[in-house]
Amino acid sequence: MNNPITKAIAPGIILGAILLGLVPLISFAIERGGFLNAGIDPAIVHVLWFTLKQAFLSTSISVVLGIFVSRALSRRQFLGRELLLSLLAVPLAMPAIVVVLAITAIYGAQGLLGGGFNLYGLNGILLAHVFFNFPLATRLIVEALNTIPQENFRLAEQLNFSGRAIFHNLEWPVLRNTLPRICGLIFLLCAASFVIVLTLGGPSATTLEVAIYQSLRQDFDVARALNLSLVQILLCLALIFAAGKMALHNSALSSFKTTTIRRDGQSAAAKAFDLLALTIALLLIGPPLIALIVSGITYLNFNLQACVTSIAIALPAALLSVSLAWALARHDNFATHVAALATLIVPPAVLATGWFLALRRFDESLLVVIISIIALNTLMALPFSVSVLAPAFAQITQMHGRLCAQLNISGWNKLRRIDLPMMRRPLAQALLMSFVLSLGDLTAVTLLGTQGLVTMPSLIHQQMGHYRGNDAGGTALLLAAFCFALTLIAQRLGKSND
Amino acid sequence: MIKIENGHYETKGFALDININIPDGKFCAVLGPSGAGKSTLLSIISGFESLKQGHVIINGEPAAVSPSARPISMIFQDHNVFAHLDVWSNVALGISPNLKLNAEQKSEIETALTRVGIAHLSNRKPAEISGGERQRIAIARVLVRNKPILLLDEPFAALDPGLRLDMLGLITELQRERNLTVLMVTHQPEEAKFAAQKIIFISDGKGQELISTDEFFRSHNHAILKYLGRPT
Repeated sequence: MNNPITKAIAPGIILGAILLGLVPLISFAIERGGFLNAGIDPAIVHVLWFTLKQAFLSTSISVVLGIFVSRALSRRQFLGRELLLSLLAVPLAMPAIVVVLAITAIYGAQGLLGGGFNLYGLNGILLAHVFFNFPLATRLIVEALNTIPQENFRLAEQLNFSGRAIFHNLEWPVLRNTLPRICGLIFLLCAASFVIVLTLGGPSATTLEVAIYQSLRQDFDVARALNLSLVQILLCLALIFAAGKMALHNSALSSFKTTTIRRDGQSAAAKAFDLLALTIALLLIGPPLIALIVSGITYLNFNLQACVTSIAIALPAALLSVSLAWALARHDNFATHVAALATLIVPPAVLATGWFLALRRFDESLLVVIISIIALNTLMALPFSVSVLAPAFAQITQMHGRLCAQLNISGWNKLRRIDLPMMRRPLAQALLMSFVLSLGDLTAVTLLGTQGLVTMPSLIHQQMGHYRGNDAGGTALLLAAFCFALTLIAQRLGKSND
Repeated sequence: MIKIENGHYETKGFALDININIPDGKFCAVLGPSGAGKSTLLSIISGFESLKQGHVIINGEPAAVSPSARPISMIFQDHNVFAHLDVWSNVALGISPNLKLNAEQKSEIETALTRVGIAHLSNRKPAEISGGERQRIAIARVLVRNKPILLLDEPFAALDPGLRLDMLGLITELQRERNLTVLMVTHQPEEAKFAAQKIIFISDGKGQELISTDEFFRSHNHAILKYLGRPT
């Protein structure tokens, strides 16, 4: 199983899927003329500038807030702390369209706050991105702070360190190593964000990803879309190289625990500061969730067709994603990391349109459409599946690699006797996470779907578009509850892995 | 016989020169300060690490084969058992990676489990037994593999002193019974005194020549005295 052919199968499949998207698009653009000749026009520069600006601001706010909240959570034990920790897990489980709806329900024109806040444009995008990413930053930073040994805090207490000295000597050295990767990850997620920018952006608030989609699907200007894609690919590659290995660690998606018991930060100023950070966190997450529940609870509607379609897409996508991730995670090298991040590097809009061009001879057969959506979801869930499986594989190799080599346990025997039994929980966790991501995905359905194909997220989008906010709220609440329940199970599995 | 002549190992910021000649059927302890390269020596002999210069010669032949094909069993400091498999299966893996065994092989496993005193635990999982019993699984597996060389990389370091002595007693018994060549890395000079006939002392990037245990503890060598904490 370690021969070069088996190693190349999964990256080969991913490369094939990418080429199937890029080749038809490039040949189409060359036929029509204009690809690369179109150059970098001012509109593309504006889109690039806005992409970078919103990603930079979203990342900065999420990470700065994440530092203060994680610090407060690390050093305080208080009533309701567990509830706040659980609350922080909710945004991670929410589909992007549900986040948009939840934010609209409170800050929108018809929202609970009475529409005093202009939600469309940069404001709304930032709000939604921070809602999504600050809990992610918090979780990753807490995990990093947990690596500081308890003895260091005891020593700091013995030496009468001030809060500033603790930050400088204990926390900052850990953060300095972790923050570039966390920032890189969040920046990449925000730069490649699609649904949030599509729904909350506007003509002057468009990112590369959405501009590619608009060029392809609304203007059908393939040359411009390809030029934008080239910029997007270069940007994402630069970010991946700059940030090193992405911080998509298992812990971001699974367990969340604070193991070190700290007794620092007892001054009134420190307490007030932590209280302020936790209050901001609560105010950021709480009201949209309450608004989602309030607006959805009385309009709960269960659309069987949308639900069945969503599951019919999400289940095979999750199974395929985990199978590919399994093959990638077994070989921890640069090629597999890049392959795992395929859809973060090559925009899904580009892939989807390329596939659309390649498969148009099938006359938009529903089966072909569904298979394409499953394939795109498979690739989009891949970074998350790999992030769960790769550390588990690394741990097994570290623990038992030598013993297996000595006892000549390899190939099928290793898979059956060692890998599968030991990877049962990470596998189930990766499967659940991929299933949740695919279930809540609107990107693939928007890019590849046809009129007759309705999933739960696309139903919400349709209901919002037809000003049926109440119905959309009801559907969104159901979807969010389902996704959250599955995420909780995945988290429990993750905790058991630890 | 295990022989390394003018062996040179190198990795990031660490180098080790090795010249050793271990006769068959001897119990040798590998001693030396932390980070000197004691475990590296065992990894080189077992085939997990490669020499940059020189060869490992086992029974007169250069050992250029994979770890599983060498006439060696190794017990590591930890992770010697698979947590999801029961005691019996953990031992059986020493005979067949697919666990398909004939009656004779099954009987060998029973004998090995009885010999190390854990036959009554054969259906238990490693988490349900003590640390000492877990290491006995690894010893039982050594018995069923029936290889002439046994490498021990501090396998009893995590055990209580009494238990450690019991395990060491068991290993020395087996060594005599089967005329095994044993190399044991340890941080405890008294363990070497108790079990080993010969000592390989590694310090300053050199695996020094094999000397008898008595000679080692009577040595006036500066590095050995410093290691033993005696005035130089």
